[in-house]
Amino acid sequence: MLKTFKIGGVHPPENKLSKDRKIEVLSIPSAVFIPVAQHIGAPATPVVKKGDKVKVGQIIAQSSSFVSTNIHSSVSGTVKKIDFSADSSGYPKQGIFIDVESDEWMEDIDRSETLVSEISLDGAEIVRKIQDSGIVGLGGATFPTHVKLVPPKGMKAEVLLINGVECEPYLTSDHRLMLEKADEIMVGIQLLMKAMNVDKAVIGIENNKPDAIELLSEKCKSVAGISVVALKVQYPQGGEKQLINAVTGREVPSGALPIAVGAVVSNVGTAFAVYEAVQKNKPLFERVVTITGKGVSQPSNFLVRIGTATSELVEAAGGLPENTGKIISGGPMMGRAISSLDVPVTKGTSGILLMKQEESKREEIIACIRCSRCVSVCPMGLEPFLLMTLGEKQIFDRAEKEKVMDCIECGSCSYTCPSNRPLLDYIRFGKGKVGQIIRSRKK
Amino acid sequence: MSKLLTVSPSPHVHSSDSTQKIMYRVIYAMIPALAWSVFMFGVDALRVTLIAVAACVAFEYLIQKYLMKVTPSVTDGSAIITGILLAFNVPSSLPWWIILIGALASMGIGKLSFGGLGSNIFNPALVGRVFLLLSFPVQMTSWPGIKLASVDAVSAATPLALIKESVKNGVPISKIQGLPDLTDMALGMNAGSLGEVSAFLLVLGGIYMIWKKVITWHIPVSILATVLVFSGIFWMINPEMYVNPVYHIMAGGLMLGAVFMATDMVTSPMNPKAQIIYGIGIGLITINIRMFGAYPEGISFAILIMNAVTPLLNYYIKPKRFGGQ
Repeated sequence: MLKTFKIGGVHPPENKLSKDRKIEVLSIPSAVFIPVAQHIGAPATPVVKKGDKVKVGQIIAQSSSFVSTNIHSSVSGTVKKIDFSADSSGYPKQGIFIDVESDEWMEDIDRSETLVSEISLDGAEIVRKIQDSGIVGLGGATFPTHVKLVPPKGMKAEVLLINGVECEPYLTSDHRLMLEKADEIMVGIQLLMKAMNVDKAVIGIENNKPDAIELLSEKCKSVAGISVVALKVQYPQGGEKQLINAVTGREVPSGALPIAVGAVVSNVGTAFAVYEAVQKNKPLFERVVTITGKGVSQPSNFLVRIGTATSELVEAAGGLPENTGKIISGGPMMGRAISSLDVPVTKGTSGILLMKQEESKREEIIACIRCSRCVSVCPMGLEPFLLMTLGEKQIFDRAEKEKVMDCIECGSCSYTCPSNRPLLDYIRFGKGKVGQIIRSRKK
Repeated sequence: MSKLLTVSPSPHVHSSDSTQKIMYRVIYAMIPALAWSVFMFGVDALRVTLIAVAACVAFEYLIQKYLMKVTPSVTDGSAIITGILLAFNVPSSLPWWIILIGALASMGIGKLSFGGLGSNIFNPALVGRVFLLLSFPVQMTSWPGIKLASVDAVSAATPLALIKESVKNGVPISKIQGLPDLTDMALGMNAGSLGEVSAFLLVLGGIYMIWKKVITWHIPVSILATVLVFSGIFWMINPEMYVNPVYHIMAGGLMLGAVFMATDMVTSPMNPKAQIIYGIGIGLITINIRMFGAYPEGISFAILIMNAVTPLLNYYIKPKRFGGQ
């Protein structure tokens, strides 16, 4: 029996169209737009001005508080302007526009392909390096990694979980990274273990990636303390709380952080970025992005410089299909629909999904027949039908009692509803309002 | 870019399932029992079913269009289910005009007065059935005669009515004349409402629905288990006054109720724990009515009573929360 989380879950069609496509390096665009807020927490403060010359890997925006991180230039060239433009949220965000000239890297970055497996820094130095290199959770949540590595007072990390689940349909960037950069990821995991001072790490991989499971299991044989667990193909297996539950059997209490059960979760992409930062002195300025969709002529995985416009990726994958109806940054279950191809790739962009016209419209909403499928698929044990009504009727005190804040917004309820009801839309609304109420109560 | 893109919140994909598909699966699940009733009761069974279905669909359409002034939703298939279930719950000899009244009570009072699909508290088919039972007790309990395999007699009383009458008159159960045996009951060789007679085919429909994930096992199993245990206790005390528990399960509308009526999504609780309590309640009330009540049959009332308790169960019984205490 494969391990999995205990409550709920769905299994949407996997559609991993690009899983056999090797990671290709996307050619450097002629200009980039690098937002200063690519992570959860305070936006970074720009430290360059119009006309400045920058190199690849140079800090262009400085972390402004503990829960924040640095932003580095992904290209070399001239700062054109510091201005606002829409990111994947659709809202205009501050960022740095750079016109590209050649490809000149900071001198201290090790650009060789040689694997550096010897770890010379101590835990605190590793954390420092991670913080300086602008590393955030690359699974999509973009929480600054250095914050996670320092447990709050009185708590202790026991195990590091590495998320190689990639439960979102279509996306294959983590899968390809595990296949092509397995050695680097293993070193990255050891670095994270040292930084956290734990002697145990578990890599969780969904069972639809047998090649990655086999390869990493093989690598684990020569490293003490790291093991691979094959997980059932069940969405949202890669949800932080679900992964912890599947691997350790523990449940993160309502409202608490994973550290409450002694776990810290990091994505495989993050582990790779940690390797590059610590061993190669290379800050986070590029990442692997899947470009995919049923109408896309060449679904692919590209290594992309942060700040590259979505349109560049689309061109490289064979151009925008005629009947494209929706463009999603991320996967189909939790990704964001973007309104323009100018939206840049940021640290949290795991994929770009182009959906056909006929796939992009929602079906007609009809009455709830109280079939309770939303209840049975909710991985948090909530009652989505009730939370939707409470959101719709704006009964926020009851919504709080019914644990609306526990919702992880995985979308399993809306996905499964046979009456096509917009459950998650209203739950999000309720969650937002309840969050406001809770914050105002604390003041 | 010249083209407008759709922008909407996640999720951006949807399962291929729909309410209509669920409804049609319920209809498929009822076909074996329907076919059996046509075999047993002849064209009459088909006549009653067709009238009931046509009337339910027509009443829903007319009431929605002209009284409620909303877009009729008859294509969702739920009115067809109500029609078939109503037919399943009446004798095949019922005159057409009584069926019409039953259909009107089902759709008008049972369903649309609450707002239509998804809003009704009580199972519409049962509202219609009970309405008819109270209004036309004679026609609703006159069963067409059938030939039994186990005893060489033509019976026109349902097994449960026969038992109730005999026990009331002090006749021990082993001495009752013309009572079909368990095999007959399982196969459906007995008198009764047209859809309730074959326990076996009803179970088959139930298994199909569980397989297709239309229903879960919780409600039917908890009803049947409760009936077995509760009636089993009385049977062990006095088998001449209380019929054996397996007979209870095979007899009357219990299987029909447990598989098709109590599992109606709209009127049953929405999480497994609450569903089990609901099922136990139905089982207990059914056996109480069957043993001690005025009616030989109790599942319809039991389900309606527990329908009324459903909102309360939904309010107090919560699914197991992730990370809850």
